[in-house]
Amino acid sequence: MTALIVASNTERWFWAEWVGRDANQDLIWTATREHVILTVGSVVLGLLIAVPASIAVVRHPRLKGVVLGTAGVFYTIPSLALYGLLVPYTGLSRTTALVPLTLYTLLILVRNTVTGLEQVPEEVRDAADGMGLDRRQRLWKVEMPLALPSIMAGIRIATVSTIGMLTIAALVGLGGLGQLILTGLNRPMRTAVTVGVVLSIALAIGSDVGLAWVGRRLAPWTVRRRGRRDDRADDEVAPSDRAAVLPDGAVAA
Amino acid sequence: MGPIGAVLAQSSGTSEDNLLVQTFDYLRDQARYRGPNGITTRILEHVQISVVAVVAAIVVAVPISLWLGHKRRFGLLVINVSNVGRAIPSFAILVVGNQILGLDEKPVIGLVSVFLALLALAIPPIVTNTYVGIAEIPDDVRDAARGMGLSEGQILRRVEIPLAVPLIMAGIRTTAVQVVATATIAAQLGAGGLGRFIIDGFATRSTGGFVKVIVGAVLVALLALVTELLLGLVQRALTPKGLRAARRACAAAGSAEAEPDDDAPSASPPPGEPALAGAA
Repeated sequence: MTALIVASNTERWFWAEWVGRDANQDLIWTATREHVILTVGSVVLGLLIAVPASIAVVRHPRLKGVVLGTAGVFYTIPSLALYGLLVPYTGLSRTTALVPLTLYTLLILVRNTVTGLEQVPEEVRDAADGMGLDRRQRLWKVEMPLALPSIMAGIRIATVSTIGMLTIAALVGLGGLGQLILTGLNRPMRTAVTVGVVLSIALAIGSDVGLAWVGRRLAPWTVRRRGRRDDRADDEVAPSDRAAVLPDGAVAA
Repeated sequence: MGPIGAVLAQSSGTSEDNLLVQTFDYLRDQARYRGPNGITTRILEHVQISVVAVVAAIVVAVPISLWLGHKRRFGLLVINVSNVGRAIPSFAILVVGNQILGLDEKPVIGLVSVFLALLALAIPPIVTNTYVGIAEIPDDVRDAARGMGLSEGQILRRVEIPLAVPLIMAGIRTTAVQVVATATIAAQLGAGGLGRFIIDGFATRSTGGFVKVIVGAVLVALLALVTELLLGLVQRALTPKGLRAARRACAAAGSAEAEPDDDAPSASPPPGEPALAGAA
């Protein structure tokens, strides 16, 4: 694959002619598609594991330490090593990239989902019970929607970090845009590097903004009314934009 | 890099079950700990790289964010810069840094690129958490402090910082763990560290090499865990006694939050908004 890149002007950071070549365009397109597939795959897989796990944690608070501790330990294993460890078992397949990335999303997703569910006020639960909802209805009709902003914040952090981490997968021959960046590691191959970097950043920012928008559409009550402008209102951060705040580490001392 | 994986896949397929034993033997062999390529040296290099990056990030990021948080200015900017920061892959900074500084000239250049990459990874979370930790302190608290005659500087030092310690430290802890894990890519540029075992292991293309990959992975994971635990202790030491006591009382009273620092305002619903609106 990388052989296609070779014939390029080595000095310039961006060489339009290089990008214009059919073979290179194929390469860029393939890399981008692979990046998107792997990111979406790991975040979706992460959610499929994290949501049930979080519900279990909220129902049985004793599980909290175990679940968050386990996710925290996964988080400490360097991705490079984890890719390496999996290659002998899963080969150079998508699975090899998906497993570590999914494991990394778990800490963020579980923590945010649990926080969101725990923050549902007791009165709200009582009100739901009073309306005759059973436990499952209460969860899906009341608690989950109220936890949504927190869950969406987790999805945003997980997605953006996954896009970044995925570039390292190229070091073991996996994954998308990292392949383009890798070509520049030990030789001047700047246009490929620029294209890889710019596309992965664009992907990350694009999905962050997109997910923020989706989050606001799904949970319109979190959006503050505009127009109410007192002295500090401008600088206050809307809750839906707080995705960046990192919660505490999982392995509590 | 593709063929390496293929070779590894074949070579280790036969002796899969021995790998753990071999790894254990490798770690038990005292001779492996000595010398310039020994485990001890690599751990020290790794710690050195990580500590320098984290300390530099703290020195750069904390004072500015404390001030901005106290003034409650540029909140949206701080958060957004932080999000953009997270979007930049450290691997990209590493490669670009290396390209700008010159390729394989001196080992120092590799080290500078690594340092830049880690710094860019470390600063955004620290900035965000510090800013939010300070800025989210309720107005009543500040007003009370002003009423007691404290100056702005005193309010920051004696009221706001102590109250924000859990969140500030949460940012530093998460960052430190990420830096320790990411510092493995330093080895790719000849800057040493525990990533050496992983990179060398891959290059060796044999079962023995694969054992080295596991050794590197295990050691980095352990180092990250130790970092997390140590910083947790630092956090506990820095959290004001009164705050600890108050939270413990809260927990004992059967509050949902048993863990002391879980009340990070990461995504709390806005105060004053009707909570039931979500059910509608």
